[in-house]
Amino acid sequence: MSKKSTASAEKKPAPEAKPADFAQAPINARLSRDEKIELHRKMVRIRRFEERSLRAYQAKKIGGFLHLYIGQEAVAVGCCSLMGKHDHVITAYRDHGHAIAVGMDTKPLMAELYGKATGCSKGKGGSMHYFAPDKNFWGGHGIVGGQIPLGTGLAYALKYKGLKGAAMAFMGDGAVNQGAVHEAYNLASLWNLPVVFVIENNGYSMGTSQARSSAGQLAQRAAGYDMEWGQCNGHDVYEVRATMDHFLAKARDQQRPSTVEIDTYRYRGHSVADPDNTYRSKQEIEEYRKTKDPIQVFQNKLVAEGVLDEALIEKIDAEARAEADAAADFSEISPYPTPADIQTDVYWESDNPAERKSQGRLFFE
Amino acid sequence: MPLITYREAVRHALAEELERDANVVVMGEEVAQFNGAYKVTEGLLAKFGPQRIVDTPISEAGFIGMGIGASMLGVRPVMELMFWSFYSVAFDQILNNAANVRYMSGGQINCPIVIRGPANGGTNVGATHSHTPENVLANHPGVKVVVPSTAYDAKGLLKSSIRDNDPVFFLENTMLYGEKGEVPEGEYTIPLGLADVKREGKDLTIVTYGRSVHHSLAAAAILESEHKISAEVVDLRTIRPLDFDTVAKSVAKTHRVLIVEEQKPFASVGSQLAFMIQRECFDDLDGPIHRLATVDAPAIYSPPVEVEQLPNPQRVLKAALAAMA
Repeated sequence: MSKKSTASAEKKPAPEAKPADFAQAPINARLSRDEKIELHRKMVRIRRFEERSLRAYQAKKIGGFLHLYIGQEAVAVGCCSLMGKHDHVITAYRDHGHAIAVGMDTKPLMAELYGKATGCSKGKGGSMHYFAPDKNFWGGHGIVGGQIPLGTGLAYALKYKGLKGAAMAFMGDGAVNQGAVHEAYNLASLWNLPVVFVIENNGYSMGTSQARSSAGQLAQRAAGYDMEWGQCNGHDVYEVRATMDHFLAKARDQQRPSTVEIDTYRYRGHSVADPDNTYRSKQEIEEYRKTKDPIQVFQNKLVAEGVLDEALIEKIDAEARAEADAAADFSEISPYPTPADIQTDVYWESDNPAERKSQGRLFFE
Repeated sequence: MPLITYREAVRHALAEELERDANVVVMGEEVAQFNGAYKVTEGLLAKFGPQRIVDTPISEAGFIGMGIGASMLGVRPVMELMFWSFYSVAFDQILNNAANVRYMSGGQINCPIVIRGPANGGTNVGATHSHTPENVLANHPGVKVVVPSTAYDAKGLLKSSIRDNDPVFFLENTMLYGEKGEVPEGEYTIPLGLADVKREGKDLTIVTYGRSVHHSLAAAAILESEHKISAEVVDLRTIRPLDFDTVAKSVAKTHRVLIVEEQKPFASVGSQLAFMIQRECFDDLDGPIHRLATVDAPAIYSPPVEVEQLPNPQRVLKAALAAMA
């Protein structure tokens, strides 16, 4: 991959001496059999959801952009599996994986893609704008890097309210060059905010490789803000969990922010509209798929551990496919929002007229 | 009633709301130790401490965005922009994130943030520091925009803004900070979206807001004494929501309209008002709608000439006489 060709892409040693096998890291060693199966199941569910949404997109059921998470599943699943009651997540527009990882139901997720009233944002947000505040998931944001100050604000609110928790603010490798990200880094470190900035480095900011877009190693920039940083492989869910556990604990217990770069890969284009043949080769994709596919890697480990067998693998996969189909069927028969719905959910006050305190016109013709 | 300055009125509103609601935090550049670039927040740090009154780095996109994120979790930040002109470096946070997050989440998320600070020309600071973005802000459904002209209005409207569950952008004026007005000692609020007739009249309606209210009142006095023209001055106070009923009622009485605004003319607040007046008050009008705006160029530095670029009593007077011709 092109990002490996950068001179500065050598790995910094992890903050703790890495155990030879991340499965033995305490956060993983204490996983029950069912919890391990659940990690695997979530990754499979994300992949089947994404594949099903791609088919719906190709069938012109879905408008706009569709940024698929296929190939990156272990990142969202690994990180979000560590969430406690007061931990929060925010991400950018490649948000389907995080939404499923935090526990959102796939029916309203798919219906949102279809633009239906039963969608998780009532058909008003679309693919890039999933939200579930009841699951501590704050989006789903369309502008590269724009969500990072918001994630820092979630951490600020936790600290202000005296709650022990952490915010995980996800971004892609393309976001690290945005000013808002650096402003957020500075504030988080200056004010000791409990936030972990997670760079999901899939090697390409749209069609521009890391080598052509970013000077130096991405996570290392955090050092300039006096922040601890780390890097790990994103194809091994055990490694993701072991690495993130360290930084989340630092945020929750010591109120110190950090930046973690997780190396991953997307099999599909930046969005489905991306022809994906101008900036990388088919061989590159195939190579990753063969050697580092996060689902296959974890599946192999769980088979070796005696947690999974062929029958269970088949069953989980069949259920995930059926769930994705059911989500598509649900979306298909769901109604669209009506033109009258265009002007709801704009203002709290107009949605709560009995409690409205202001007067005058909120909307104009 | 005690006479206090506009600056003190804003400060009193902040102090009272800080007292009333533990979730209110005042944040911005120089608001704490420095006591405020324009001394609006003077004394608040001593009274409320560094948890509630927070100095930020010069980093508008960062701290405004952070405030928006904190508001999603129930903090009620009142963010000071040293000048509203600096909104441009936080534009994405203000108008993509704060304005849209409720909508894009299907109504699941509120953003009870207030962003306040001065937005005006007239201080000889050139084009970068003299923006009046109320039209740009109000162009975004989901936000509220308030532009108070007096101490009394500033206090009552700011208290309502801080209690509001939608993002409110509160535009003050450095030229008004020292202006005194009567402000009652007791608790009061003024609802957003309620205009105020600052002077009653029967011949001409001057629709205006912010500092232009004062220029319009000065012109109205001359119209009365020297030209026997009775001008009614309607202070919108809030741009969005907009109290158009008060405007329409005045137009029905006077049949002539002059809009006065410290705005560049193209697609300004006045442009919207003119559309609405012709659409909804067409039969009441005895003549075309007139408008006096800022002369259409970037803000000039040259002190005596900047006075002529902005609305001023003489320019308002001239425009009013043209509207009556």
